[in-house]
Amino acid sequence: MSPSPVAPVKGFAVTLRQIFKKPVTQEYPEYKRPVYPRFRGRHRLWRHENGLEKCVGCSLCAAACPADCIRVVPAENTPDNRVSAGERYARIYEINLSRCIFCGYCELACPFDAITLGNEFELSEYNRDDQIYTKDMLLAEPVKKVPVADPVLYDTPIPYYRTYS
Amino acid sequence: MREPWWITIIKAFVIINLVMVAFAYTTWLERKLLGRMQNRYGPNRAGPKGLLQPIADLVKLVRKEAFQPDSVENGFVYIIAQIISMFTALAAFSVIPFGAGWHLWHWHIDGQILNVPIALILVFALGSIGIYGFIVGGWVSDSKFSLLGSMRTCAQLVSYEVSLSLAVLGVVIMGRSLSLVDIVHRQDETIWFAAPQLVGLLVFFIAGTAETSRAPFDLPEADTELVAGYHTEYSGMRWGLFQTSEYINMITLSALTVTLFFAGWHGPWAPLGPLWFFLKLFICVSIFIWLKATLPRLRYDQLMRFGWKVLLPVATVNAVVTAALVVAFQ
Repeated sequence: MSPSPVAPVKGFAVTLRQIFKKPVTQEYPEYKRPVYPRFRGRHRLWRHENGLEKCVGCSLCAAACPADCIRVVPAENTPDNRVSAGERYARIYEINLSRCIFCGYCELACPFDAITLGNEFELSEYNRDDQIYTKDMLLAEPVKKVPVADPVLYDTPIPYYRTYS
Repeated sequence: MREPWWITIIKAFVIINLVMVAFAYTTWLERKLLGRMQNRYGPNRAGPKGLLQPIADLVKLVRKEAFQPDSVENGFVYIIAQIISMFTALAAFSVIPFGAGWHLWHWHIDGQILNVPIALILVFALGSIGIYGFIVGGWVSDSKFSLLGSMRTCAQLVSYEVSLSLAVLGVVIMGRSLSLVDIVHRQDETIWFAAPQLVGLLVFFIAGTAETSRAPFDLPEADTELVAGYHTEYSGMRWGLFQTSEYINMITLSALTVTLFFAGWHGPWAPLGPLWFFLKLFICVSIFIWLKATLPRLRYDQLMRFGWKVLLPVATVNAVVTAALVVAFQ
């Protein structure tokens, strides 16, 4: 049995006291906790300031991807159909987000900083096919706004390819 | 004056439904209180303050497939097990008085469904039959988990039933009756039995916690370390019926505590009748939940040692001393 007869009674006082405290729960859909500044969420494809796509369809991201979830089909740029800044562009660029593990190797592998991982994390769908993000979806501005915590609060430096784009 | 039989039937219907509603909102209260004691909110999505949560749970359980293992040889016994538990749990409530009785027009209505002179024995008898539901349910499932779980449950329930029955002996001696109505009247005339029978109350409450397999005696269930026990092979509302009967047993036991030790429907002031009863019942159920939030689960050998070596001697001594004192001061 317990060493002190008061000890079990103390325990009851502890649980009783908690009732009058405010719960620490963060109620998610109403309150979205700001994500960490370097949080790796849904991918983003970027354009140059003149509107040309940064991606040149080199498939290095697909090669780096450990989950094998990126599919790139390149095509040549022609003078009357210039899509990207390089010689070639990604005719098809698809990411299967149901396979993606959000490791960020793709943004490390990219020589032109064309792909980065954004902050979006609410990626649930009713259909698996909807998890495949096409190039248009990745190039567009994210629909959902995700609150991001102030980077000043964190002492880890933000990598250049995140600030750069 | 006896009440006509049809009033009894109407009362039984109303009480059974009341008990079911009380059960549903006991689960809500439990989850809410446990949540607050652990610094979280508890259910708060279904309806305001999560008040529709029990209904949502019910809909979910009813819509689930009632799966029956192939190896169950006797499907009838498989189904009858929950019915035994459920029936005994509900039937035990029929003798609990919750009011003094009323006159409505020219009929007299009793404060309980049935006024039996041996009400207390009836409650314990029904409790013992209820154990058959657990034994049969675990045994007929043809699963090792269920069989061991039902053995665990039965060993616990049988051990603690002895202390439970002995603990009320003091009350029976002081109340000089086995009828719950008489015991309540007696407490109103003299003193609430919680004061002279404090030891009896403690033993009764602890043994009752074990009897309804609530924490810290929830070894039959032991959610965090074992599979559910005797109802492992039950699913959907069949499982729900077992769970319901356990909760109703808890409510019945609380009602019994209120009746035996806290003068049932009598309050310290203001003749509110059933309201006092329900208030005391609510407090008693809350204490059960408080226990669950506070105490860690006992080990099996601790459970058995505590039951046989501490609770049983204390209950016996309490009964003997009460008897001696009552005889001495008569």
